[in-house]
Amino acid sequence: MIKDAVCSFCGCLCDDINVEVEGGMVKRVRHACRLGSSKIMGHGRIESPMIRKEGKLAAASFQEAYDRAAQILLAAAKPLLYGWASTSCEAAKKGILLAEEVGGVLDSTATVCHGPSVIGIEEKGLPGATLGQVKNRADTIVFWGCNPAEAHPRHSLRYSSNSCGRFTPQGREGRKIIVVDVRETRTAKNADKFVRIAPGSDYEVISALRMLVAGKGDVVPEDVGGVSKADLADIAATLKAARFGAVFFGLGITHSRGRYKNIDNALSLVAELNSHTKFVIMPMRGHYNVGGIGQVLAWSSGYPMSVDFTRGGPYFNPGETAACDLLARRDVDAALIIAADAVSNFPRATAEALADIPVIQIDPYENPTTQLSEVVIPCAVVGVEAEGTAYRMDGLALRLRKLVDSILPSDEEILVGILESVHKQRLLRANEEA
Amino acid sequence: MIVKGGIVYDPANGLYGEEMDLFIDQGRMVEQAKGEEIDARGLLVMPGGVDAHSHIAGKKVNTGRIMRPDDARQGTEPRTAVCRPSTGYTVPNCYAMGYRYARMGYTTAFEAATPILEARHTHEELEEIPIIDKGALTLFGSNWQVMECVRDKDLSKLAAYVAWGLRAARGYGVKIVNPGGGEAWGFGANVKGINDPVPNFDVTPAEIIMGLAQANEMLNLPHSIHLHFNNVGKPGNYTTALETLDLLKDIKPSRMRQIVHVAHMQFSAYGGTSWRDFESKAPVIADYFNCHNHATMDMGQLLFGSATTMTADAPLEYGNARLTHNKWSNHDIELEESSGVVPMVYFRKMLVNAVQWAVGLELALLVKDPWKVLMTTDHPNGSPFVNYPEVVTLLMSKSKRDAEMATLHEQVPKRTVLGGIERELDWTDIAIMTRAAPARILGLEDKGHLGPGADGDVSIYNLRPEEVDTSQDHALVKKALANAKYTIKGGVLVSKEGRILAAPPGRTFWVDAAVPQADTDRLMIDLEEKFAKYYSIQIANYAVQDAYLPHAKVIRAGLPVPLQEVA
Amino acid sequence: MISGRTLAQGAGCESKMSPEFFKAAAVCHLSEKDFKSLELSEGKNVLLKNEFGQVVLTAKADAGLPDSMVFIPMGPWANVIVGKETGGCGTPHFKGLEVEVAATNSPVLNIRELFSGMGVSGYV
Ligand code: SF4
Ligand SMILES: [Zn+2]
Repeated sequence: MIKDAVCSFCGCLCDDINVEVEGGMVKRVRHACRLGSSKIMGHGRIESPMIRKEGKLAAASFQEAYDRAAQILLAAAKPLLYGWASTSCEAAKKGILLAEEVGGVLDSTATVCHGPSVIGIEEKGLPGATLGQVKNRADTIVFWGCNPAEAHPRHSLRYSSNSCGRFTPQGREGRKIIVVDVRETRTAKNADKFVRIAPGSDYEVISALRMLVAGKGDVVPEDVGGVSKADLADIAATLKAARFGAVFFGLGITHSRGRYKNIDNALSLVAELNSHTKFVIMPMRGHYNVGGIGQVLAWSSGYPMSVDFTRGGPYFNPGETAACDLLARRDVDAALIIAADAVSNFPRATAEALADIPVIQIDPYENPTTQLSEVVIPCAVVGVEAEGTAYRMDGLALRLRKLVDSILPSDEEILVGILESVHKQRLLRANEEA
Repeated sequence: MIVKGGIVYDPANGLYGEEMDLFIDQGRMVEQAKGEEIDARGLLVMPGGVDAHSHIAGKKVNTGRIMRPDDARQGTEPRTAVCRPSTGYTVPNCYAMGYRYARMGYTTAFEAATPILEARHTHEELEEIPIIDKGALTLFGSNWQVMECVRDKDLSKLAAYVAWGLRAARGYGVKIVNPGGGEAWGFGANVKGINDPVPNFDVTPAEIIMGLAQANEMLNLPHSIHLHFNNVGKPGNYTTALETLDLLKDIKPSRMRQIVHVAHMQFSAYGGTSWRDFESKAPVIADYFNCHNHATMDMGQLLFGSATTMTADAPLEYGNARLTHNKWSNHDIELEESSGVVPMVYFRKMLVNAVQWAVGLELALLVKDPWKVLMTTDHPNGSPFVNYPEVVTLLMSKSKRDAEMATLHEQVPKRTVLGGIERELDWTDIAIMTRAAPARILGLEDKGHLGPGADGDVSIYNLRPEEVDTSQDHALVKKALANAKYTIKGGVLVSKEGRILAAPPGRTFWVDAAVPQADTDRLMIDLEEKFAKYYSIQIANYAVQDAYLPHAKVIRAGLPVPLQEVA
Repeated sequence: MISGRTLAQGAGCESKMSPEFFKAAAVCHLSEKDFKSLELSEGKNVLLKNEFGQVVLTAKADAGLPDSMVFIPMGPWANVIVGKETGGCGTPHFKGLEVEVAATNSPVLNIRELFSGMGVSGYV
């Protein structure tokens, strides 16, 4: 039995998973939620590398796949290297090196989830804490536009509403839980107060709360985003009365009208609450290492997402260098998609641009991106079949373990294979020219 | 390798500007060697620079990058055949850090503050910084286990914990920041002085400092405690500084070094009761250092222009953010610390900033013994480290200081004594304050000097010490210091006139201190309970794995081991 | 229209080609009142239409939803009716879109059919 393994599914990175392995196979998974155990138990995989020949994907060797991938990247004027949220930081480092080598744009799935949060943080900074701090201290928790009951099933028990700690021995009993959402989610059902707001009204509601917290309630209208002023005043009072408050926010606010401005406003609210009491705020990061690619990219290039390496020096301008914008403008001429299913997760019109350019896919699993890929390279699953580093939603780095062996190479090894092929082909070309 | 004919400043070995040849073999200084010749005839030669206090890696540095794309844009340099791309000014990317230190002739830099829980992140970044050797100090000042051992007056358990924490963090030494304040900040409060009890823990900052200083000496660690005082950055805080220093004066050092190293003294040498009557108390502080031998300091010099403040002193950062209305990041670390990051611009015409600028210089000039003062800017709090040549030239030239003073807020001469200080430092002073002293203070035996066996780290500047008038030709000096003519790291020529020629990986130093097993056993009972109840991760996943330090250099310390008989 | 995560969609999101994922993500939640007023019943389909596209989904009543709002689990079906505009911030508008909803007898496309029109083409 392997004790205290780290689950590599969601941004909670639960590290108390016990796994029984027998004959090189995972037999039982304990402590993980349904999402985590289904991943660790394993399911349908791509078995062999494939290269498209005469319109059909046909099995190939890894070396052939690396060579074809390198050829595509070298031929492209501006390749996109996208994904990275469900693989290790070690793979991310090699990916960044590859993007520098071939002069590409590297972007992560953050741009279709918490990208607006990153922009909000660039505007205002992030007053945060580790999750254990929330567990030990928070007596008031707000879930805004997020639904951990379905997206991060063990969040509440391990870190938030239902956890117990030094100054929170009563757990759920001793806490006030407020859920703000446009629909009554499962998370809302566990709350002391569910605040239903009209879709797209997050910004206005936050502004009203800021006014009330600042004691300027007289400028707040009677109804804001479908919430009565009395209700808002009640919430503001609860927030101010907290001994330690925490706000968790999700795609309900980053994806809605106002996008990064909503986050900017929420960050301001939390900063202001700190003149009254203690408050922290944290994005609920979805994929287990979407935080990690942001960290690695920031220390390597200075920017946490959407980095354009085609000019030699790193360049960042979301709206210009983000994957969705590049594809919508048809501004990239090849794509490497790793640990993400861009075809499913992008708007249809954006995804269609991928059909017109050669795509290299690195992924353990078949998905719609596979259908239009030129090269498909299967990999070992990080956290199950390969070691590596991941960053939890609060920015804490953990080392993922290898639980069972795989005949497949890791993402990191695949990227090294492609890098080596890039060097080899460059050298060949230089020799031919000479 | 032979460095020929340089004018060598190696104060640790009693060389104060002697013309001589230097020899390097297999990365170390030796008495004789063959090989590549570097022509240094008549030029200034010193050991590679050592920065004992700089914020170069880890969560708060990366937070600074993430919240400041504006800063990243300022330092963009494309990739070359040798170099990865560079970005940033106050918060450069990892690659830029290595290249920029090397260009200035620096070969070693220590990250000043890492919580144990987040040490894995720090090492990920340290490993990515090329060329220079590194280490990271570990934060202990608001740690629950520390405070409980101090409360229970269980010094041997405290020592066992410090040893365990350093090993878990792969850390180099004991850092204490605003002791107790990080815990109080967990509920939005702070401690107001060294005798103000920490809420819920029944200990005072004074007791925490004393306990950790004693444990530090018990463990015979290469470095002393490294202390960021309470009340840093506040008017009138010089009294806190003096009180704290006095607390420690009777502790016996376990090695030939200080008992306490004071971080960025500049930020703790203020008089006045508010920002209105804010003034320098550097003369009083300098006096204390002149009369006592148990403490050393680094300047934490502030320079005008852009900075990014980042510290484990989280309440200070909240204050900064409220004062400047600037963006604010905060990060509290369960059971261990808190921290904050706020971008900052310092202005000549802003009286407080102008006084702060003067205080740093006053400290360095008024403390008589250069072995007690390190030249730093507390990168990037006072200014980014690329501005070290500016600081050095200010220290070497009275005329440069006068010219600067003339551009500042007109009240500065009334609030400081800088204008009346005639002292101009010489190359020996500078070699001590940037090389020999930081190495000795950190306890790095093979750094900061050029004697046989030392690391083959040498910097050679395009300056003729026998000809240049450092007092008048400060512009020339500054230019020469910004880009060393040659920087040699571990016997490899890494930089020439600002061009990076090679980027080998640097090593990471950490300290493994031995303690009696019985003490560790007692400690583990406490720790297992803490992990079961309070930490959000398992104890098995806590310590930094060796995979994160592929270039580790372990330094052994700890309680004295019985001597073995020599057969 | 809003899209978001559900437990079942999450469990299936690394096995996109499976029938479980189809069941989890090719659905459209409506308020109980809207469900009734469209004369829907369990297993009936709805057609969603806007300026970006149209998609057929299995209808489901959801007591947690207010009227005039539909919820679709995030994924390829929802994305058919999401536009490509990011408003300069890199992230498309996945939530808060206007859609017309009508009952339909057309079948729900499975994942392969959904992308069948999007084959590899064009480049050399
Ligand atoms: S909550 Fe997330 S990390 Fe934890 S077991 Fe479930 S999927 Fe894994
Ligand atoms: Zn510092």
